[in-house]
Amino acid sequence: MLKKMQFVFLIVAVLLMAVTVTQAQDDVFRVAAVAPSATNDLAFSQSMYDALMLIQGEMGADKFEFVFQDGTFVVDDAAVALREWATSGEYDLIIAHGSQYGTIIEELAPEFPDVSFAWGTDVNTFGLDNVFAYTAAAGEGGFVNGALAALMTKTGKIGVVGPIEVGDAKLYVDGFVAGAAAANPDVEVFVTYIQSFSDVPLATEAANTHIANGADILTGSAQMVVGAIAVAQEQGALWFGTQASQAELSAGAGVMFQVYRWDVVLRDIMASIAEGKLGGEAYTLTLANGGLVMEQGGYGK
Amino acid sequence: MNEIFTASVFASAIRLATPYIFAGLGETFSQRSGVLNLGVDGIMLMGAFTGFYAVYITENLLIGVLVAMLTGLVMGLAVAFISVTLKAEQGISGIGVYLFGLGLSELLFQKLIGTPKSIVGFTAISIPGLSDIQFLGIGEIFFRHNLLVYVAFALVPISAYVLNRTPLGLMIRAVGQNPQAADAMGINVARVRYFTVTLGGVMSGLAGASLSIALLKVFQQNLTSGMGFIAVALVYFGGWRPFGILAGAMLFSFVNALQLQISGIGVDIPAEFAVMAPYVITIITLIFASKRTEKPTALTKPFERGE
Repeated sequence: MLKKMQFVFLIVAVLLMAVTVTQAQDDVFRVAAVAPSATNDLAFSQSMYDALMLIQGEMGADKFEFVFQDGTFVVDDAAVALREWATSGEYDLIIAHGSQYGTIIEELAPEFPDVSFAWGTDVNTFGLDNVFAYTAAAGEGGFVNGALAALMTKTGKIGVVGPIEVGDAKLYVDGFVAGAAAANPDVEVFVTYIQSFSDVPLATEAANTHIANGADILTGSAQMVVGAIAVAQEQGALWFGTQASQAELSAGAGVMFQVYRWDVVLRDIMASIAEGKLGGEAYTLTLANGGLVMEQGGYGK
Repeated sequence: MNEIFTASVFASAIRLATPYIFAGLGETFSQRSGVLNLGVDGIMLMGAFTGFYAVYITENLLIGVLVAMLTGLVMGLAVAFISVTLKAEQGISGIGVYLFGLGLSELLFQKLIGTPKSIVGFTAISIPGLSDIQFLGIGEIFFRHNLLVYVAFALVPISAYVLNRTPLGLMIRAVGQNPQAADAMGINVARVRYFTVTLGGVMSGLAGASLSIALLKVFQQNLTSGMGFIAVALVYFGGWRPFGILAGAMLFSFVNALQLQISGIGVDIPAEFAVMAPYVITIITLIFASKRTEKPTALTKPFERGE
């Protein structure tokens, strides 16, 4: 009887080892990502979701898997998800897509030195070997959009609807203002930061205010601009966007969009991980490296 | 200074105040009968989504409004069942209703539409003969708004009349002040509370629709950004009186519109200060206004016959 039990235990142990080895050595790249807004926000979160979908499309669902927890604006909620993923040991890369998650990554990454983390938008890896940082030089596309807008405005007034004066939103707005000034110093650019990434009604009214003050071109950054785009359409103004393509929503009012291609960064990070390097590098999307792409909208088509 | 206090700022304040007025008036009826509904924001979100989706599918604004109101009615009935029949703790159950509305509206949006899309919603109606009044910008301020703005402002005196001058209003107030006495007088307390809470739900649904198919013409997750909670606060601010709620909604919205204008024309003040201003002014006003309120004595207290 004892021998039989020993034999059964041996078989079970061998099977368990086989399963473990299979899991560790399978060639599926697994990513888990947390983001503050929805995957269909036409802005920041969607840009990362689209990139993961693109890579999955290229590699195949049997080679690249990902889970995406969206709408996690509350940092504590994100912390729970990130810790669970790190503890599970199932993921090759854990992404915290939002500058508000930096503190969590700084705390969490040293506890899991064998897990690779990536976060943005920022360039700070906290000096940790298992943290990648990524950001977008949003001012580049902002400059292009600003210069174009300054050449197209008929009233000489442009309205900007910004969220909070931080991160890539600030880079975009600053670049836009600089671009407009470079193309036509006489054009006035009025900037309103509504101090929220999600207040659609207030962003919409900010757009209405710009129109009432004579602006014939609007732009803005972050997910709360969807109502402002509708204002541009309704009032016959033009719209310049950033982060993701808003061409469908803006229709004939949309002129140009700066689209974030996070897949460019993700490919580099995946290559590093494949070489055994789990972090310590920062990446920046630029127009030159193809991480930022200018996409034409429906205006004039 | 003339650049700051323009007619468009006042018109903007009126637009911004509209959802607060709808939701605040509805909540006033509910609270005057003794039921606190903290789920207003969740009902607004559901009304905003269902109204938007109905217009998206049918391209018929009237159907959109009716669907939003029907959604509010169903959710209002649910709140009434929880608060009146089950006698649950009203604050906690209200938060539950809010979270339900937040989650379900997100889920339905993801599954049925998928990405923000715009619709042809209510457009501004210029009232003939009035919208052209140039004096003090009166035409632009008051007479160039969409239909739901006019409806919201018309409901203020109607609500005041119903609450203060009709037998129904007397019953509602009696149930909110002293439900035992009202019961002894033969008033069906539960029925009155069902009616007011359901009416509040309908108005909250309408408040949501006023955003998604009139002011914004687009839907996105958590579209209201907590407006329902501000509407509940405005009921306290307004002393449970429709005109008080109108004053509160206008003050809050005016300061909001003003801060947009100040930053929009490039006046150099910190954006954070401008954004804080509506809330600070509202709190200060609330401190002074709190002494002249008509707070229902039985507010949040479930009715037990014979207690």
